[in-house]
Amino acid sequence: MKLVYFAWVRERIGTAEETVELPKSVETVGDLLGWLKTRGDGYDAALAEPDAIRVALDHDHADHDARIAGVREVAFFPPMTGG
Amino acid sequence: MAHVRVAIVSEPLDITSEMERVTAGRGDIGAVVTFTGLCRDEDGRLEALELEHYPGMAEAEVTRIAEQAAGRWDISDVTILHRHGKVKPGEVIVLVVTASKHRHAAFESAAFIMDFLKTHAPFWKKEHTAAGAVNWVSAKRSDDDAEERWKTAD
Repeated sequence: MKLVYFAWVRERIGTAEETVELPKSVETVGDLLGWLKTRGDGYDAALAEPDAIRVALDHDHADHDARIAGVREVAFFPPMTGG
Repeated sequence: MAHVRVAIVSEPLDITSEMERVTAGRGDIGAVVTFTGLCRDEDGRLEALELEHYPGMAEAEVTRIAEQAAGRWDISDVTILHRHGKVKPGEVIVLVVTASKHRHAAFESAAFIMDFLKTHAPFWKKEHTAAGAVNWVSAKRSDDDAEERWKTAD
């Protein structure tokens, strides 16, 4: 599964994108956030406050309880500040 | 269904040509509303804003917002253009043009589009100050409230 990161989430994790193999136990966005946080200090710093993290599945906004089976690209980013 | 034009660009935006594009050769449009969002420097300390975006999703999400507006109001044309990259104070960040037979649909759809762009379009502003500091701009609670009003009011 491809993971992409934006803004300060990208900066804290230290990469813009990566491809990962997920354990079977990771079924939802929330599970994925919990799994990512265990991958290192940068991830932990980026995702310390899950409520501040917005998620998109294949270019569409999703909630943390959304299931990720069949998804190709998951994006993590802070609340948006465009316009 | 309304004609929808969406673009995410790194070049300066030109409101005059966009208005002409909407109205050229047509006599059935009675109202055109344009919204122009500018890069603002409140106290002379801002060098530039840097706009990061999510390529692919930004176009998709802005198009979804335009189509929602077109489904809710009787508008014949909607244009949404958004910059990415570095923008200097006074330059245009976002341009919205809506056209309809009557003014209310054009006014309201343009306001709706801007409120949803703020909270749903995947863009992030980073401030570069004249002193060399760099900070991510925080999202505003008031922008969430502005979006919320469209859930109850028509």
